[in-house]
Amino acid sequence: MNDITRDYQMMLEAYQKAEGNPAVFSDSKIAHLVIHKNKVVGKHLLPGLEVLSQETPEGVNISLRVLPKVKIEYPVHLCFGVLPQEGVQLINIEAEIEEESKITLLAHCIFPNAVKVQHLMQAKILVKKSSSYSYNEIHFHGESGGVEVVPKAKIILEEGAHLATNFQLTKGRVGTLDIDYEVEASKNSVVEMLAKAYGYGNDKIQIKEKCFLRGEGSRGIIKSRVAVKEEAESEVQSEILAYGPYARGHVDCIEIMQDKGKARAVPIVGVFHETAKVTHEAAIGSVDKVQLETLMSRGLRQNEAIDLIIKGMLQ
Amino acid sequence: MLKIEALNLKKENKLIINNVSFEVFDGEIFGILGTNGAGKSSLAYALMGSAGYQPDSGKIIFDGIDITKKIIDERARLGITLAWQEPARFEGISILDYILLGSKQKVHALAEKYLEQMRLTPSEYRNRLVDKTLSGGERKKVELAAILGMKPKLAILDEPDSGIDMLSQAAVIHLIREIKNYGGSVLLITHDEEVVRIADRAALMCSGLAFKIGSPSEIIDYYKKHCKPCPTKEYPSEENGK
Repeated sequence: MNDITRDYQMMLEAYQKAEGNPAVFSDSKIAHLVIHKNKVVGKHLLPGLEVLSQETPEGVNISLRVLPKVKIEYPVHLCFGVLPQEGVQLINIEAEIEEESKITLLAHCIFPNAVKVQHLMQAKILVKKSSSYSYNEIHFHGESGGVEVVPKAKIILEEGAHLATNFQLTKGRVGTLDIDYEVEASKNSVVEMLAKAYGYGNDKIQIKEKCFLRGEGSRGIIKSRVAVKEEAESEVQSEILAYGPYARGHVDCIEIMQDKGKARAVPIVGVFHETAKVTHEAAIGSVDKVQLETLMSRGLRQNEAIDLIIKGMLQ
Repeated sequence: MLKIEALNLKKENKLIINNVSFEVFDGEIFGILGTNGAGKSSLAYALMGSAGYQPDSGKIIFDGIDITKKIIDERARLGITLAWQEPARFEGISILDYILLGSKQKVHALAEKYLEQMRLTPSEYRNRLVDKTLSGGERKKVELAAILGMKPKLAILDEPDSGIDMLSQAAVIHLIREIKNYGGSVLLITHDEEVVRIADRAALMCSGLAFKIGSPSEIIDYYKKHCKPCPTKEYPSEENGK
C-alpha cells in the first residue's frame, strides 16, 4: 500500500469515526475530493464539474468550476483533514459557479488527534447569474482543543443567484475559531448564512459575517447559534448593510453561556436606501428560565434540560 | 393527593399568594376560577416549584410527602407537571420528541395519537419543531399533548383554553377527561366560568386569596355576581391583611 492509499484509508476511517458515511466516497453518482494535509488522496468528478488541484508546501490550491446550466444533483463531498498531532493545512479555493448552474458542497474537516494543527481556508467564490451555491462545512475535532480554524471567504453573487453557507463546529473542542465571511449580493440575489459552534475548556470562537445587499430586491439573513461553557469565549459579529432598493436583511443571533464562559454579540445593521429594511434580533445570556423549567417540569434534571436546549439550538 | 396548607408568597412586598389552603383528591378535577391578576398562575408556579415562587410560609404536601422545598424536576418525577399558559419554544426539538419528554414509552406512534387527540393532524406536525414557526394555538395544543404523553398523577393546567380556537376547546375537555380516566387529578386554572364547569369542585381566587370552595355552579354564581368587574386589583399588603 503506497502513502496516498494509506492516507486515503486513514481519512475515511477518521471520517467514519466522526459519524460520517464513507460509502459516499465509493458512490459513482457522488463527486468527492479528499485532502490529507497537502496531498490530494482521493478524487472523483462528474460531468460539468471541473476541479483542478495543486499541492503547495502547506496545503492545496483548488480551482472549482461548475459549467453553465449544470445542476449537480448530489452534494459534492470534500474531506479535509490533518491526522497527526501537528501540522498546517492551507486550502485556497477559487470557485466559479457559471450561469444557471447549481452545486452543493459538503466539507468535512477532520482533526481527531490535533494538538497543534492549523486549518486555514481562503476562498474566492463567484456565483454567476441565476445559479446556486451551497457550502456546508462540518468539523470533527478531538478533545485536546489544539486546532486553529481560520476560514475566510469573499463571495460575489450576480443577479438572481443564491448562496447558502452552513458552518458547524459542535463536535469536539473548538480550539480557536476565526470565521470571516463577506458577501456582495446583486439584484434579486439571496444570501443565507448560518454558523453554529459549541465551545468549552478555553476555546475561543470568533465569527464575523458581513453581507452587502447592493442590488435591488436582494435579500440576506445571517443566523448564528453559539454556546460556551467552562472558560470558553465567543464573539459574534454579524453585519448586514442594505444599499439596494427594496433590499431586505435580517440578523438573528443567539448565544448561550454557562459557567465562566464569556459571550459577546455585535449585530450591525445599516440601511442606505429609503425602501430597504434590515432587522435584527439577538439573545445572549444563560439558558432561558422558562425553557429550562418547562423541560424540568417533565422530569428532566437541570443538566439534562440544559444539554437538550443547547443541543437543540445547535442541531 | 395534593394538600396545600396556609401557603403564603410575597413578591415585591405584595402578598400574591395569601394564606391559601385547599386539597385536591385522587382522581379529582379541581378548578381555580379568578380574573386576570388574581394570583392563579403564581399559585401554579409555586406548586410546580418554579424559581422565584418558593413560598415564604406554608406547606405543599403531595402523596403524603412534603414537597415545599423540592425543586421542579423532583416534583415532576413524583408525578406533578404543569401545562404552561404561554409555553416556551425550542429550536431543534421535534414535536414528537417533545411530547414524549416525560413519557416512559418513547414511541412516536403514541405521540402522534396524542397530537390527534388534541386535534392536530399528525402528518402535518410529525416533522416540525417546537419552535417559533408554530402559532400560539398550535404550540398550546402541543403542550397539552405533552401532558397526555407524561400521564402525570397531577396535571396543573394553567389557562389551557386560552389562545385556542373555539372549535378546539373540546380537545381541552377531552384532555381533562383523559387524565381523570386513568385516575389522575387536574388542577384546572381558568378565568372562564364555562371551562370550570367540568371540575368536580372549585375555588375562587382573588387578590392572592383562594376562598369559597364548593361546587362549580356555586363558585360560578358567586363569580358572576361579585367578580365582574373585580372590585379591586390591589393585592393586600401585610398591613391591611385580607
